[in-house]
Amino acid sequence: MSEANLPFIGAILLTVVGGAAVLTWFERRLLGIWQDRYGPNRLGPFGILQVAADMLKLLTKHDWIPPFADRFVFVIAPTAIVISMLMAFAVVPFGPDHYLIDMNVGLLFFLAMSSLAVYSVMLGGLASNNKYALLGGLRAAAQMVSYEVFMGLSLMGVVMLSGSFSLVDIVEAQQDGWYFIPQFLGLYVFIIAGIAESHRLPFDLPEAEHELTAGFHTEYGGMKFTMFMLGEYCGLILLSCMITTLFFGGWLGPFFPPFVWFALKTFGFVCFFMLLRAAIPRPRYDQLMALGWTVMLPITLINLVATGAIALWMNQA
Amino acid sequence: MIEAFVSQIRTIWRILLHSFTKAETVQYPEQKPYLAPRYRGRIVLTRDPDGDERCVACNLCAVACPPDCIALQQGTREDGRWYPEFFRINFSRCIMCGMCEEACPTNAIQLTPDFEMCEYDRQNMVYEKEHLLINGTGKYHDYNFYRVSGLKIDGKDKGEAQNEAEPIDVKSLLP
Repeated sequence: MSEANLPFIGAILLTVVGGAAVLTWFERRLLGIWQDRYGPNRLGPFGILQVAADMLKLLTKHDWIPPFADRFVFVIAPTAIVISMLMAFAVVPFGPDHYLIDMNVGLLFFLAMSSLAVYSVMLGGLASNNKYALLGGLRAAAQMVSYEVFMGLSLMGVVMLSGSFSLVDIVEAQQDGWYFIPQFLGLYVFIIAGIAESHRLPFDLPEAEHELTAGFHTEYGGMKFTMFMLGEYCGLILLSCMITTLFFGGWLGPFFPPFVWFALKTFGFVCFFMLLRAAIPRPRYDQLMALGWTVMLPITLINLVATGAIALWMNQA
Repeated sequence: MIEAFVSQIRTIWRILLHSFTKAETVQYPEQKPYLAPRYRGRIVLTRDPDGDERCVACNLCAVACPPDCIALQQGTREDGRWYPEFFRINFSRCIMCGMCEEACPTNAIQLTPDFEMCEYDRQNMVYEKEHLLINGTGKYHDYNFYRVSGLKIDGKDKGEAQNEAEPIDVKSLLP
């Protein structure tokens, strides 16, 4: 990483954090549309200034630390998710020349960073010293660790087909066909595991409002709560970026410049995840775990073995 | 398993179709909702067709009121009519149930389709008689209690009300 890359780093950070902020408004508008209502539409054109109003409110709120909490961990926990999610953007290739680093283990780096985000949720739940937060933290730990397994495995098919862990190479290997066709099982598992990993709505059991108050962030408010939410929305963007990169040909596409294609595809997946949130109810916790270990894991393994066999056979022929 | 998967896909598709349906929202301050004429909103005290207050201060509304938000004091005019010396409704307690309207024997107290009565100060939610009285008959245009009741007031003796027979002399046996 050289000095010259600093503006690009700043641009990525601004886009991602700003995008996450706008998404909070956009998601509410979109959910409104799908639930036959308007959503926030009062402030500014289409209500977009709602973002500014929310920011102002969250940032000026009393930054309270409960006296019974473990102070240090309580303060540190929300930063972990934001830092790890933003770090992961370093390896995302936005265009043929628009990436920070082309690591030969870029995919692993992404998986590692998204796994680190678990610590945020888990430690936040533990440090709050509150039974709801603890339950949320427990659920988060179990859910994320188990979904981590096949999130990684589901991507191995892509790695086998492209023969590289580098995200840039993976995108370039998709010149003659995007991987969502040969790897549809992998895509299916990756989407579901990704939602569970970023604990977004169909699988937001760590915070499940109507059973756990607010789950792991029960005791959080103001700035620290904002951090959790920022991390969650960054995770959503990251997940959409990764699906685009790994299965839908990244920046590849006709007519438009590469970056536009990447942004369009990512935006499409962000909308898709919001649609999932609007459409699908939250499963019970045991159902979630059962789905993971009895359905997702076998599917992943079948996909892995089949892809391996086909790749071997293709190479021999 | 497959069935469940198909069902989920179908759910997602059906929700996606809602992108093309119109929002049900009524944009309230700009766009007023339709309120039925019998909507139970702000309470008013009406007058009879002659312009006198209808309320005879019988206290039935205060008795019927579940949250006890109505207070009044009965007084008598020189002509024999009863009237409320004060009539007070605490709208911060009122639950707009309409029991007072049902209890009222003279159709004086009525609920109107108006609910926009927000105040910054709770004390301003207490309405006195001058705030409650309207210059109209409300929902019942021809009704005048003293014209139909058998009560004797100045200018109207017993038996002179509408549809009222002459009083029977109970002291006499003659038909």
